[in-house]
Amino acid sequence: MYTEKVLDHFQHPRNMGEIEGYNGMGMVGNAKCGDIMQMFIRVNDEGIIEDVGFKTFGCGAAVATSSMATEMIKGKSVDEALQLSNAAVVEALEGLPPVKIHCSVLAEEAVKAAVEDYRKRMAEKKESENKD
Amino acid sequence: MKRVYLDNAATTKLIPEVLEAMMPYMTEIYGNPSSPHYFGQQSGMAVDKARQQVADAIGAEAGEIIFTSGGSEADNTAIRGIAERYAKKGKHIITTAVEHHAVLHTCQYLEKHGYEVTYLPVDEYGLVTVDQVREAIRPDTILVTIMFANNEVGTIMPIPEIGALCREKGIFFHTDAVQAVGHVRIDVKEMNIDMLSMSAHKFHGPKGIGALYVRKGIIVPPLIYGGAQERNRRAGTENVPGIVGMGRAIELACENLDEKAAKMMLLRDKLIREIPARIPEVKLNGHPTKRLPNNVNYSIKYIEGESILLMLDLNGIAASSGSACTSGSLDPSHVLLAMGLTHEVAHGSVRMTLCDETTEEDIDYVLEVLPKVAERLRKMSPLYHG
Ligand SMILES: Cc1ncc(COP(=O)(O)O)c(C=O)c1O
Ligand code: FES
Repeated sequence: MYTEKVLDHFQHPRNMGEIEGYNGMGMVGNAKCGDIMQMFIRVNDEGIIEDVGFKTFGCGAAVATSSMATEMIKGKSVDEALQLSNAAVVEALEGLPPVKIHCSVLAEEAVKAAVEDYRKRMAEKKESENKD
Repeated sequence: MKRVYLDNAATTKLIPEVLEAMMPYMTEIYGNPSSPHYFGQQSGMAVDKARQQVADAIGAEAGEIIFTSGGSEADNTAIRGIAERYAKKGKHIITTAVEHHAVLHTCQYLEKHGYEVTYLPVDEYGLVTVDQVREAIRPDTILVTIMFANNEVGTIMPIPEIGALCREKGIFFHTDAVQAVGHVRIDVKEMNIDMLSMSAHKFHGPKGIGALYVRKGIIVPPLIYGGAQERNRRAGTENVPGIVGMGRAIELACENLDEKAAKMMLLRDKLIREIPARIPEVKLNGHPTKRLPNNVNYSIKYIEGESILLMLDLNGIAASSGSACTSGSLDPSHVLLAMGLTHEVAHGSVRMTLCDETTEEDIDYVLEVLPKVAERLRKMSPLYHG
């Protein structure tokens, strides 16, 4: 049912776990089956995602899409990360069974949530700096 | 790689003795049992013999056995048949929230056609009580249909008590015994069972063949029309090899049934005992003692069932889960939810179902692999802070 690529990412998840010094974190839930995905990013001063990590409570496809998504955004700018679509993740995994497409949406949303959190933190930081 | 099959509630291996019994009916003895010639009569005799074997296994008479295409058809025939035939008497049916979909979806279908169905809730172990059934009975109740043993958690219902109650009240009692036949001793007369469904592939017989026992005197109209087979109760040329296989399989399953059950229970209980000793924060699903000799069902908190199955499979172990992610509908198991589990805990359920060929070595292998799988997935889980 799963492609080799999916099984590979499931068995050997890339960038699994919380990372040190992250400055963006997104946690999203899946309304469909109740799964949860958490994404951590560390963005440098140039706006590049230096490091990324994920945690997932979900099926094989959810684990594989999170793993693949982290690979696809690592080293990219936050703007580029926002362009990541679930379809691109699915394609990179060489396909998912139709009932599992919603799991890949979770990965896209987790990346977006992490970037959003990063931007919010940056805005807050700026504000407090301006106050000083 | 070592392979361990622990999904015997889904289906079982066809054993060589059964295949051997079936073979001639796929090759030399191919006549249609309805034909009066030699070829046909040979097949007919084999069907008669199998019917007797099936009847003997549950304390019934041969004339009370209708062969069907499996458990689902047997359930449909019993429930829709009684509903149709006895509609004048009433349109109320009693069942439970934890039945197999073959029963639940049939009941839902009848609800769309003017019937009323009471779905009895279960306790945390998946049990209903005879008092619940008694309280649900109304003057217009025509049928009580309650499974013998649950396919997911293995809980065994108080069937003799429910049977006695229904007999006393004059209400038909059907039981889906698909998971119980061949594992638990059943006597339909002693237990006051009016109708009983079974399926050969659950006790090392072939797939696509099952039977419905209907007590003499009860009329169940056919689901399938077209011929006089099965004494006008189920049309269609008999699946002779399947029927022969089912007869042989049930005979073998009931031979030394207690011994085989005791052996499986020993291994079952080893898993039940050792899993919580090796993995913290797990929950046994189903009743601790009133359960099928071959069923183990645990929820491993903070992780998800499909991932568990996938990782077990990569280690050669075949199991099953009630997780939403493993069901096509993406709903968690209705059985686990009815037992009061939260979505999250239902998510992490793993069912392992043994057969009499399961060895202690197999169980030890599972006990070695499962804790590693749980640890790995928990490391990955945003819900786990251990
Ligand atoms: C309790 C129960 N009833 C009915 C069925 C359906 O049987 P079959 O697959 O023979 O149609 C099953 C099999 O999954 C079952 O476990
Ligand atoms: S996360 Fe539940 S189906 Fe994929």
